[in-house]
Amino acid sequence: MSLLRRYLPVILLAAVVVIVQILLSATKLDYFLTQLTMSAYYTLVTLGLCLLMGYAGQVSLGHAGFFAIGAYTTAVLSTAGAGLLRFAPWLSIPTAVVLTALVALVIGMPVLRLRGHYLAMATLAFGFIVSRVILGTSLFGQADGISDIPAIRLFAGLVISGKRTLRVQNYYIAWTLVTIGLFLAINLVGSRVGRALRAINGNEEAAAAMGVNVSRYKLAVFVTSAVYASVGGAFLAHYNGGIGPSEAGVMKSVRYVALVAAGGMGSPWGTVAVSALLTFLSLRGAFGLFDDAVFGALLVAIMLFAPNGLFGLLPGLRRGGPRRAGRPR
Amino acid sequence: MSAPLLEVRGLHHWFGGLHVIDGVSFVCQPQTVKAIIGPNGAGKTTLFNLVAGALSPVGGSIFFDGIPTTGLPPHRIAAHGISRTFQATRLFPRMTVLENVMVGMHGRSRHGFLAGMAGPAVTRREEARVRVSCLDVLSSLGIADLARRDAQDLPFGRQRVVELARALASGPRLLLLDEPACGLNPRETEEMAVLIGSLRARGITVLVVDHDMSLVMGISDEVLVLSFGQTIAEGTPREIQANPEVIQVYLGADDA
Repeated sequence: MSLLRRYLPVILLAAVVVIVQILLSATKLDYFLTQLTMSAYYTLVTLGLCLLMGYAGQVSLGHAGFFAIGAYTTAVLSTAGAGLLRFAPWLSIPTAVVLTALVALVIGMPVLRLRGHYLAMATLAFGFIVSRVILGTSLFGQADGISDIPAIRLFAGLVISGKRTLRVQNYYIAWTLVTIGLFLAINLVGSRVGRALRAINGNEEAAAAMGVNVSRYKLAVFVTSAVYASVGGAFLAHYNGGIGPSEAGVMKSVRYVALVAAGGMGSPWGTVAVSALLTFLSLRGAFGLFDDAVFGALLVAIMLFAPNGLFGLLPGLRRGGPRRAGRPR
Repeated sequence: MSAPLLEVRGLHHWFGGLHVIDGVSFVCQPQTVKAIIGPNGAGKTTLFNLVAGALSPVGGSIFFDGIPTTGLPPHRIAAHGISRTFQATRLFPRMTVLENVMVGMHGRSRHGFLAGMAGPAVTRREEARVRVSCLDVLSSLGIADLARRDAQDLPFGRQRVVELARALASGPRLLLLDEPACGLNPRETEEMAVLIGSLRARGITVLVVDHDMSLVMGISDEVLVLSFGQTIAEGTPREIQANPEVIQVYLGADDA
């Protein structure tokens, strides 16, 4: 019973993914699948960030940087100089992910000593640096970004590509990744490690006194979240066939934070649901010129009125939010 | 007499220009309860944090079971078998009582990040063991019925017991209790005294800091009196109560 309960979000997600595809294809609205595929890759970022922020309680305003490092690395590897990886093009994504993990490790070691606002500022600065380096480096195409990123052939005839004929296939590839990501995240938060992360979030001194190696766990979850972000970035780069500097922008990082907060901070399934929906609407242009403003406003509104996230507003779903009635201390 | 479990030699610590711990030395014999008392600002909690690794001493050394632990980070010290409670309870919010206590067993379980991500197929056996042990700890302290309660929703006196359970879950050989009676009513204080007394029978050595004289005198084998960072007396509770300097510096000042 408890296993079923634990994996209910994963099962529901898989079901919703299939149902949405069938409905959209049946109603000839399958061009929506393109934005839903992109939305999946952005959702990977927020899912990783949910582990970092929601569980370990460490804010990052620099995750667009990790997304961009993943995307640009695979873009450069598969386009520059007659194809550095001509014989094994599929290696460019794993390389991008490993490189991002290394960057996260090097950045995380000094930065995670900071707490609260100081950590937020340091990660914000990291995001700025990534963004400016991209804009200032010709290898990264500066303001133009990198275009003509080739499709990537995976195993069993699967191809990461934005071609219309491969639309359904790519929708399933993207959402399978999210489903796996959700499965891994749910496992992690329900484990000894997840308990330690929540303990760190609750009280670092007490966690350390109980034998939790606080700095190592913070670093591990920081790197994990960066890996989630870079997988999203790398796949999206091949899917879109291009990547631009706006993906590294600070407003993107703010957006990811807003989506995690709206999903309920410590709720992987909430994060996936909110992130998939709002990112899809944003990609469809539903927010028009106010796109960034909508996400900024969302963040403010969530902090003020719904600290348990959007789903926390529904009675009966409220479970252990940061602020609860009748708590004097 | 057997070798001491904890040995503190010539410990010094400064905060800015303030010499808060000024050459303190003492030992804790196995399976005894030792109390550190002294007026506010005497350096009790600082001494405690030095032993627990929350602070790194400016000078002096600390040995636990013959092993130097001076300046080790808290999680390493915990791994050696030293656990602690806090003056103002520091339970983990938004976690149940059982989960809080399970964090206490962190050092006695192994699976890491990748195993955690792989899920229950890999971790089930260890998690089950941790859960059972922690429920045992809760039962032994008479709070098994609170296991599923949210820790931060409990009355303060119960939180204190949960914190003790969390510290015990790590299977410590030395338990550091920072003002365990602080904020408790007289009945709860008495219950706490009984609990602390029962730890000795479990083979646990206790170092307790408090200024509640009634609690300390009733449960301790030995008492050390600190004043302005220096030891001014050490002995059995009876000797301490009869020591004129202690009466003047501490009892007199405090009772006035």
